Amino acid sequence: MSSASLPAQIRDRRARRQRTMVTPEGVALPLSIGSRGARAGALILDLLILSIATISLTLALFGTALGTRIEEGLEGMPGSLEFLFVIWSLMWFFAWNGYFMFFEMGPRGATPGKRIVGLRVASRDGGRLTPEAIVARNLLRDVELFLPLVMLLVAPSGDSGAAGWAAMLWFLVFLLFPFFNKDSMRAGDLIAGTWVLDAPKQKLAATLSTEGAAADGSSSVTGAAYKFGDDELSIYGEHELQTLERVLRDGRQEAIEAVAETICRKIGWEAGSGDERAFLEAFYAQLRAKLESDMRFGKRKADKFS
Amino acid sequence: MKAPTLSMFTRKAEIEATPDIEAAALRSDRFRLQREGEWRRLEDILTRLEKGKLRKLSDEDVLELPALYRMAASSLAVARETSLDSATLTYLESLVQRAWFQVYGPRQGLTAWLRQFLGGNLSRAIQEIWLDICVALFVMVMGTIAGWLLVARDVEWYYSLVPTQFTDSRVPGASREILMESLKVEQSANGLSAFAAQLFTNNAGVSILAFALGFAFGIPSLLLLIHNMAVLGAMLWLFSSQDLTWEFAAWLSVHGTTELFAILLAGAAGMHIGRKMAFPGHKSILAAAAEGGQRGAQVMVGVVLMLVFAALLEAFPRQLAGQEARAIIGIFMLLFWLVYFFVYGRNRKVEDTA
Repeated sequence: MSSASLPAQIRDRRARRQRTMVTPEGVALPLSIGSRGARAGALILDLLILSIATISLTLALFGTALGTRIEEGLEGMPGSLEFLFVIWSLMWFFAWNGYFMFFEMGPRGATPGKRIVGLRVASRDGGRLTPEAIVARNLLRDVELFLPLVMLLVAPSGDSGAAGWAAMLWFLVFLLFPFFNKDSMRAGDLIAGTWVLDAPKQKLAATLSTEGAAADGSSSVTGAAYKFGDDELSIYGEHELQTLERVLRDGRQEAIEAVAETICRKIGWEAGSGDERAFLEAFYAQLRAKLESDMRFGKRKADKFS
Repeated sequence: MKAPTLSMFTRKAEIEATPDIEAAALRSDRFRLQREGEWRRLEDILTRLEKGKLRKLSDEDVLELPALYRMAASSLAVARETSLDSATLTYLESLVQRAWFQVYGPRQGLTAWLRQFLGGNLSRAIQEIWLDICVALFVMVMGTIAGWLLVARDVEWYYSLVPTQFTDSRVPGASREILMESLKVEQSANGLSAFAAQLFTNNAGVSILAFALGFAFGIPSLLLLIHNMAVLGAMLWLFSSQDLTWEFAAWLSVHGTTELFAILLAGAAGMHIGRKMAFPGHKSILAAAAEGGQRGAQVMVGVVLMLVFAALLEAFPRQLAGQEARAIIGIFMLLFWLVYFFVYGRNRKVEDTA
């Protein structure tokens, strides 16, 4: 995902979700609040998983019950059937209440749904995510989700009158709670002292400066060596460097050609064709070398305008 | 910090052949290539930790995790100042964040947590919400009295207060024999465990609701308590009108002391959060809410455990045992909970502070 090419509005919204946490080592770690859309998606996935699991278990128990019925004949409620009934009624309670708690207490701090969309639960004060907090944030689910939905269905029918409407509005406050605070906390997060964060899992990409023309500055296709002067390199800043890095890593031919042409125009070179990648690799390596050495002397250039 | 350079070097070769360090044209890339082995090793340990395969980790790995985490954190700090390779920076940020969750979020095992919980944390949490318990108790007593008085003045109230599931034969005007019948001792245990399971899920659901509603500044959970206790008051009036007060109390107390106590605690825990948010004291509202919520959650885990007891008592001794046995069990359970919550935890607290 290329955040630089996104419209400014989306970039703004993303920046608003950024938080910084300073580790005890004094390193500032950027954290990003999970978006409300991702959380809704995770919830739907979790509810789907739960429904499928409980319904299939119900069917399995029902199948077993049918089997025992035939064996035992018709003498009231046999012990085995009663046992199945006990399991079934306890299953509902533990599945709906225990599912979220069990998975959030795990090492990833996330239910399967959250894991799929890349979220995790964390303690707001940066400390340990305690079992108490997880229990607290999950006990409110009824008030936040199921009751408001029931009220939304019941109140418009008019049977419950004005009290129904009042109850609906009241419960809507809880349902829409995440929209009223900047950390998108739901009411459960509020009383548990938790929040839901993005949990990115990045793979380490290959080094660009050890491959191709970036390493020695000459193309493997034409053998041409690209050398750039100081004024040519001082046009661009860090933002452009990182855009260039993304273009090279994505490796899309049209993008590479377009960028190569733009750079040539900007630095006043004659744009050739057929060797754009080598040209860009060499430019990237030399631009980065220049910017990084400036950086060591405390001179930073954020983008081409600065 | 120990310097496990040799072992790390061999491991790096195992994982992946990295490009020649000297071949890198940039200083920042050389920096990265030198440390990449450690990062990948940390990532490998983290992946296994996140999958919950703690047991499969070697001692060596576990011991090195903090050291590797600190190295990655310092690499990130250095890279921020020297490198413009955004791929490396985002990778390091996500790596350090993942490692931070594992290093600074060491989780207790569930058994260890449960031991601490039953061995004092629960009692302490309950003692800390004593004020809310008193308020809830007051409300419950008032609710019972209100239910009694309402029905005593106008019998019609009985039908609007008591839910239909209880109004089978237990209606005003029923004879003493019919009411006696509803309190009778069952002959066999058939079907009772199913009854217990149903009771448990129903009561636990209600108590969680009482807790959750308490978040709304306590008022709804008070209403829920009043309504429930008014039902009890109405039924108490019905049975006493036929001189069955003692029988009814015994029938109710066998599980009722546990169950009503649990509902009392659930309502109090809910109210506690509401009260903490309304009057946060010198803390911020968010911090006060989080503190109250976590304390309430502890109480709620205790409530669910109590309700398991209540359901078992309600299904078996209440239906099977005689009148005196019912009363004795009920009183014994009440004493047990009181001692456990208010005496046992207190001793532990003194030990802790000493």
